[in-house]
Amino acid sequence: MSTAPILEVHGLSKHYPVRKGILFSREVGQVRAVDGVDFSIGEGETLGLVGESGCGKTTTSRLVLGLETPTAGDVLLEGRSWQGLSGRDKQDYHAKVQAVFQDPWSSLNPRMHVGDIVAESLRISKWGTPAEIDDRVAALLVEVGLRPEHARQYPHEFSGGQRQRIALASALAIGPKLIVLDEPVSALDVSIRAQMMNLLKDVQEQDNVAYLLVAHDLATVRHMSEWTAVMYLGQIVEYAPTESLFEHVRHPYTKALFSAVLPDHPDRQEEGIVLSGEVPSPLDPPGGCRFHTRCPFAMDICSQVAPPLTESQSGHLAACHLE
Amino acid sequence: MDSAPVLEVRNLHTHFFLRRGVVKAVDGVSFALRRGEVLGLVGESGCGKSLTALSILRLLPQAAARTIEGSVLLDGEDLLAKSPGEMRAVRGQRIAMILQDPQTSLNPVFSIGNQLHEALARRPDNTGRSLRERAVDVLRRVRLAAPEQRVGQYPHELSGGMKQRVVGAIAISCAPEVMIADEPTTALDVTIQLQYLDLLKELQSSLDMGILFITHDFGVVARMCDRVAVMYAGRIVETGPVREIFDNPVHPYTQALIASVPKLRRKTGRLRAIEGQPPALSDLPVGCRFADRCPHAEPRCLERYPEAVNVGENHSASCWLAA
Repeated sequence: MSTAPILEVHGLSKHYPVRKGILFSREVGQVRAVDGVDFSIGEGETLGLVGESGCGKTTTSRLVLGLETPTAGDVLLEGRSWQGLSGRDKQDYHAKVQAVFQDPWSSLNPRMHVGDIVAESLRISKWGTPAEIDDRVAALLVEVGLRPEHARQYPHEFSGGQRQRIALASALAIGPKLIVLDEPVSALDVSIRAQMMNLLKDVQEQDNVAYLLVAHDLATVRHMSEWTAVMYLGQIVEYAPTESLFEHVRHPYTKALFSAVLPDHPDRQEEGIVLSGEVPSPLDPPGGCRFHTRCPFAMDICSQVAPPLTESQSGHLAACHLE
Repeated sequence: MDSAPVLEVRNLHTHFFLRRGVVKAVDGVSFALRRGEVLGLVGESGCGKSLTALSILRLLPQAAARTIEGSVLLDGEDLLAKSPGEMRAVRGQRIAMILQDPQTSLNPVFSIGNQLHEALARRPDNTGRSLRERAVDVLRRVRLAAPEQRVGQYPHELSGGMKQRVVGAIAISCAPEVMIADEPTTALDVTIQLQYLDLLKELQSSLDMGILFITHDFGVVARMCDRVAVMYAGRIVETGPVREIFDNPVHPYTQALIASVPKLRRKTGRLRAIEGQPPALSDLPVGCRFADRCPHAEPRCLERYPEAVNVGENHSASCWLAA
């Protein structure tokens, strides 16, 4: 990686206990939502995190945001661990790591003016005088393609695409190092998605902010990110520079995800691995390689030994016994 | 495909009459659907595609919405002229509908079998089999694993993909002539989406149904549809065979929609976004409704609405530039 990492994640795990009984409740198992995940994001870079629902990509993003405490492992921002932080340092962490969520209808407070939504983080951190904050809000609204006078309106007066722009302006306000984008375009209309993706790229270039892009659409990830990590049942199965991953897929699960992408033309139907069945429960994940129950190439070893991530060329990691 | 259409919609107008004015949600929509054909109705949210479906079934949402003009012909009979009682015999039995979210289409307090019985009981079966046997049978047709157990289970015990299969089973239980599928795979994961689309294709050919497939995703269109109708602001702007629409889109809106989607197979540069937003349906322009977002707009586009013109075999578009 050319640039120094802004964010490093080591052996990150989040297990949720499952209890049974009301009075004398006992733990009957654990949902291993995230189970030993490593990645890093460089300054001004984008890492795309792909996988099906339930694979742990949203839990991973919540751990990075500091909204959940990891069961094991660590999240380091600019080399400092999240776990040791308290008071002002913790507040500083939350200022540097911001988020834009999927649904712009529920992520903006309907009772607040747009200007107050954008200014909230500035006021909390006592960023400047009220006049300076007003100027900053106006500049942010312009940066995301809105007009300064929109600050006096309410969220319900805006369309989905405009609301997502407001959410981005409020994430950018305090000058974050990293923005977690959790499915930022999937709730938007097709004709608006391209506008939002272009805006995200422009903002990244201008402010040199890093993105952790959580998405299920491979084409969006290819378009947006320098690095891509594929998750399955709480673990990363393939992690590589985006171009390397899209040119030479190594893991059978990634191949299956590619085969499931709908064609961009009626005469170009993808043929490849069509998976049968559904993702097993993370409550009791299969032993060995977690994908072996659905993998068409599974061998004996796959059900016994979990394959480690191995590197092929230029940082292309995959966890599979086949190679 | 020269057979007579099973469903024909002619010049359909459904408007909302509100205190603040008339919202022309469906404003002159015409199309024909043949048996054994999948017609894709493509457009953004708010373009009137779902309301077209509800108008066909006469399930308009509130007292303010009325179909004021046009006809809906099912095998030549006008559904708009039928009594409410006659309409009930059409819904579910001759025209079935699958909605986006299986969670809300199923009743959480009744078992799967119970909900299937309700549909199956409306169609007498002279083989002397019990409702339960018929329910198991229809679940087997939608390839739900272990159907004998599923009939006793409740919706919350099933995954999203399995629930949508149950919805599909209810839809085909009366062997309808027409199925309306309103974004049936949007809530499903990518690998499950593909399985479901293949299932719908299979059911369609075995039952010889016509499917009106409502979607915003051109990938789904490429996989599923034989013909496409592109809708914008209450009107169909282009219709044609699926390959014609992909290879030779005529209307600038269709062109822009196809171009604005990032491609999986190659790295895309800056996306060609469609700037601006669709017009408000309560305040529609007199001319072409896409004119203010159209890169090729001319003065005449603002003055008069372009009538549909033939631009190829079974391919028509409403654009002055095509005339």
